[in-house]
Amino acid sequence: MKKLLVLLLLAVVGYSLITAMMGVKFGENRLGDPQDEKTVSAYYLNNTTQKLSVSNVITAIVVNYRGLDTLGEVSVLFLASLGLGSILYRKHKEGEEEVAILKPSSQLLQAGSKLIFPAILMLGAYVFIHGHLTPGGGFQGGAIIATGFLLMMMAYQDYRVSHSVLVWVESLAGITFAGIGMWGLLLGNTFLENFLPIGTLNNLFSGGIIPIIYIAVGFKVAAELTGVLDTLLNIKDKH
Amino acid sequence: MDLDYNQIMSIGVYGSAIGLILIGLYAVLIKKHLTKIVIGLSIIDAGIHLLFIAIGYIKGGTAPIFSPAGEKIVANGGVMVDPVPQALVLTAIVIGFAVTAVALSLVIRLYRHHQTARIDQIKSLKW
Repeated sequence: MKKLLVLLLLAVVGYSLITAMMGVKFGENRLGDPQDEKTVSAYYLNNTTQKLSVSNVITAIVVNYRGLDTLGEVSVLFLASLGLGSILYRKHKEGEEEVAILKPSSQLLQAGSKLIFPAILMLGAYVFIHGHLTPGGGFQGGAIIATGFLLMMMAYQDYRVSHSVLVWVESLAGITFAGIGMWGLLLGNTFLENFLPIGTLNNLFSGGIIPIIYIAVGFKVAAELTGVLDTLLNIKDKH
Repeated sequence: MDLDYNQIMSIGVYGSAIGLILIGLYAVLIKKHLTKIVIGLSIIDAGIHLLFIAIGYIKGGTAPIFSPAGEKIVANGGVMVDPVPQALVLTAIVIGFAVTAVALSLVIRLYRHHQTARIDQIKSLKW
């Protein structure tokens, strides 16, 4: 009976979604004429290269046009890692035997992960440093770095990341982001205004504050994801 | 029935996106194990992201990056896909991660308290 009800609900939801999507043609150019800028997307595509000298338009949207939104987003990540720590915290009772949930890994995995761990860190750093030139950016690079730490945690059970270092990295990156925003407010008119020279298109040092903010976001995301993984993997349970 | 490119692609891409949303919703509503419910939430997330990206796609469009290769394509009359849905999905993926992490921690907490993660076996939910 309950299953039937759920299937009925799913049919209603599916039907309404399908009828809504009937009017949206796949692959249709909805930007309008690129020259007369009727949509916000056309504005971004037309003006990003001249006004910000950033080749990756998505980076320009995420960090510059919607920079305040990204600041909120990294705060949500920070809240998630904070909430995870406080929800999972528990006092250690005396005489309680605790077992780790991870099983010992083979020597092959241990040797191999030691070999590729620096390469993963370098790839992550490359992705967030070149976030304004190539696909990728702070969030993606930070996630790549966190996967490197995940590999090390899976391979070595006694691998520990120092939480105080993570907190410092995270706080400094967050302060850099907010501080650059306030600096723009002091020097210009608005929060997160671009106050540095924008340079030439497709150079590493171009785009003003955008690469700096994305590098800070990369460090912040890497520290937060590593902290979350460390908290979740090191849950000890009663024997 | 003759189907052209647009119809095939819209059935395929929109259909799989809506299908993912429905599968996730089914898992959330029917499954009893809390971990499976969290997985269902993640599947709904994936479907919504796919739908967003599909709406922003333009036929024959390239990635909205003005690297030398991208500029050459635009100079030859090519188009770039809509960058706004991609930026929104970047935000949504990160928020989805945060939601999954907090939900999983709540599941772990419930498991510790009740020694089970199946909602039909948690007695205090019944009245």
